[in-house]
Amino acid sequence: MDAVFYIAAAVAILATIMVITRLNAVHALLYLIVSLLSVAVVFYTLGAPFIAALEAIIYAGAIMVLFVFVVMMLNLGTKTMDTERTWLRPRMWMGPCILTAILIAEVAYLLFKAGAATQGAAAVGPKQVGIALFGPYVIGVELASMLLLGALVGAYHLGVGKRERLETQDVIDSDATRTAFGGNPVRPGAGGPSRAA
Amino acid sequence: MAGILFALGLAGLLVRRNLIFTLMSIEVMLNAAGLAFVVAGSRWAQPDGQVMFIFILATAAAEVSVGLALLLQLYHQYKSLDADAASQMRG
Repeated sequence: MDAVFYIAAAVAILATIMVITRLNAVHALLYLIVSLLSVAVVFYTLGAPFIAALEAIIYAGAIMVLFVFVVMMLNLGTKTMDTERTWLRPRMWMGPCILTAILIAEVAYLLFKAGAATQGAAAVGPKQVGIALFGPYVIGVELASMLLLGALVGAYHLGVGKRERLETQDVIDSDATRTAFGGNPVRPGAGGPSRAA
Repeated sequence: MAGILFALGLAGLLVRRNLIFTLMSIEVMLNAAGLAFVVAGSRWAQPDGQVMFIFILATAAAEVSVGLALLLQLYHQYKSLDADAASQMRG
């Protein structure tokens, strides 16, 4: 159990180092997912399986999906990615190889630990966590729900405001180009009557 | 280990100029703080640490949603205004 803990901790630290040294955002995201999963394994070895499940579901699931969506929406500079690909070809090939090696090691540790299936002495189950969460910490739960509601409203406001502003800018730009082309006396006015005559 | 992860997140926050990397470093730092809470909770066999980790998780989710919305708006604004500003921000 101690060996599993230390190996998972080493994997987490290595993956985090890889996160802050990558140039490509998608590679850093993949390494960050590996880091979060290894931290989930650490939680499992520490006797907190409920927190491990939450880490794997919410962090490595929901928040990373948000990051991936934003990276895809931004479409971070295909030109710069091409230049980086021409510069860093062996490193670009080595990155996913290291990533897959770490992932395979992680899955192997998970299978090994499921075979062992002995928890630590200081295991705190989900029942105690739930009792403590809705007993003395119920105000904290309410505050967290208000925080999430505020975050939801704020993110919606920012997204909608951006889209409306972009649409108005497009309308202004198209009007400007139309007036520029209509106000230009050379192209349409000179070409038409000469061709008609 | 929590200290090492927190230090790595802080180093990433200081070194990288990309906003996405900044948000990822903040995620790493919050994760390290939650790890410290869970370790303390399992050391003294109390469920308070895991409760605090759930609160940190909710905070991280809220922060990431608002931060990514801000990042999208900023990116579109700088892209429409000036391409050099966006490339400088991308670092």
